[in-house]
Amino acid sequence: MGENQTVRRFLDARQVQRVIRRMAVEIVEHNQGVDALVLVGIRTRGVCLAEALREEIEAAEGVEIPLGVLDITLYRDDLSTIAPQPVVKSTKLPGPVDDQLIVLCDDVLYTGRTVRAALDALVDYGRPRAVQLAVLVDRGHRELPIQADIVGRQLETEREDRVDVAFPETDDGRSEALHWVSTEEV
Amino acid sequence: MKETAWTRKDLLGIAEISREEIDLILDTAESFREVAERPIKKVPTLRGKTVINLFFEASTRTRSSFEIAEKRLSADSLNFSSSTSSLVKGESLIDTALTLQAMAPDLIVIRHGHPGVPHLLARRLSAGVINAGDGAHEHPTQALLDAFTIREHKGKIEGLRVAIVGDIEHSRVVRSNVHLLSKLGAEVVVGGPRTMMPVGIEAMDLEVFHSLEEAVEGADVVMILRVQLERQGRPLFPSVREYFTLFGLTSARLAGAKDDAIIMHPGPMNRGVEIASEVADGPYSVILDQVANGVAVRMAVLYLLSGVRESE
Repeated sequence: MGENQTVRRFLDARQVQRVIRRMAVEIVEHNQGVDALVLVGIRTRGVCLAEALREEIEAAEGVEIPLGVLDITLYRDDLSTIAPQPVVKSTKLPGPVDDQLIVLCDDVLYTGRTVRAALDALVDYGRPRAVQLAVLVDRGHRELPIQADIVGRQLETEREDRVDVAFPETDDGRSEALHWVSTEEV
Repeated sequence: MKETAWTRKDLLGIAEISREEIDLILDTAESFREVAERPIKKVPTLRGKTVINLFFEASTRTRSSFEIAEKRLSADSLNFSSSTSSLVKGESLIDTALTLQAMAPDLIVIRHGHPGVPHLLARRLSAGVINAGDGAHEHPTQALLDAFTIREHKGKIEGLRVAIVGDIEHSRVVRSNVHLLSKLGAEVVVGGPRTMMPVGIEAMDLEVFHSLEEAVEGADVVMILRVQLERQGRPLFPSVREYFTLFGLTSARLAGAKDDAIIMHPGPMNRGVEIASEVADGPYSVILDQVANGVAVRMAVLYLLSGVRESE
C-alpha cells in the first residue's frame, strides 16, 4: 500500500453476513423462485460469494442449488500488455448452461472488464436463458456498459482508491470489506 | 510465497528448466484440458498471434497436436515442412529463419534432425522458439505430456519407478524424460538390446538393463519406445520377429512390474514389434490419454511463452 492511503473498514464480519443474506433473498425474489438457477462464481473471491449465497438460498428454499467456478484469465482483454502471463486456474461448470438462469457472482464490480470476460466465457459454453450479476460491492467507475442486478453495497470511490473484500477461505479467516482511500500529499 | 512465473523466451529443453517451472506448465495444462470438453473448443487467448510450425522432419502426430493447440487458443497457425520449403531450393537455415522473422511470427515451433538447431534459431530470432524435437537430443513437450499423464494416473511423480525400454540410443524422448523425471524425484531405469544402448549411458546415473523382464521389475510406469525398423539403410536387428521374441512387451514380460503399472508409448506404435496388441489395448495402457494430454500441455506452453516480452 502507498504511504498516502488510509484504510476504512466499511463492512465487518457481521455486516457482510447480513448483506449476503439480503442479496440471497433478492435473488430469489427477483426470479420468482430458483427454477434453473445456477450460481457461477468468478475466481477467486466471486466463488466465496457464490458459496455463501448458495448456503443462504438452500437454507431458505430447501432446494439444492448448482454452483460453478469460472476462471476468466483466458478471456482477459489485457493479456498483450501485461507480462508474464497470469496463472490460469480451471473452470468447472456443474452442467450445460443452455436454458439455465446463470447468476454470476463477484466480490467487487469496478471497470466491468472482468464481467465482460466472464460473459464471453459463458457464451462459449452454450446459450443461457439469462445471465444476471450479483456483486458484494459496486465501487463505480465503469469502463464498459455493464451493470449489476443484485448489489450488496454501493460505495463511492476515487479511481486511485482500492477496495478489498476478505473471505475466511481466502484471507486467513477474515471476513470484511476494506476501502483504501488515497489522501492528498500536504 | 511468490508464485512461479514463466519468463523464458524459449522452451528448448528440459535440462535447463527448474522443477518449479515444470510444475507451472503441468498445472497450467490442467486448466487447458477442460477446453477440449466444451461445445466450443476455443479460447480467445492467443487471438491475433502468429505461430509458425517449422517441421524439417516428417511428423503428423506432433505437428497436428501443436496445430490443434494453436487453433484452440485462437492463434493463426502456419505450417512449413521441409519438402515444400525453400530449403529444397538451397536456402540456408539462417536465411529461412530470417525470412520468417520478417513476417513477424510470435512463436516458432521447430523440429529438425540436427541437435542444436532450435537453439541456433532462438539466439537469432526475437520470436519465442519451442523445440519439437532436435535430432536425438530433446523433445521437451513430449516429456511434459508424459509427466502430465503419469501425474494424472498415479497422482504424483516423486518416488515412482519408471522403466524406459526399447531403442534408447535413437530416441530423443529418453533424454527429456530422464531429465524431467529425475528433477521431479522419480527413479528411472532403462532397458533394451545392447545394439540400441548408447555408449556412456551409465554416466547419466541410470540403471541399465539388457533384458526387458529385468528392466520392468517393480516398475510403476513402463514407457516403451518405438523401434526403428532400419536406420540409414542398415537393419539394427536380424528380423522383426526376433526383436519381438526377445524384446517385445507382452503381458508375460510385464509380470514383474507392479500390478497397477501403467503402459506408455510416445507413438506411433509398431504392433507386434516393440509392443504386443494385448498390452497396447489393455486396461493399463494410457497411450491414448497421452495424445489428449499432448494438446493440453502444448496449449499451456504456447500460453506461457506468449506472455514473454522482449525487454526494451
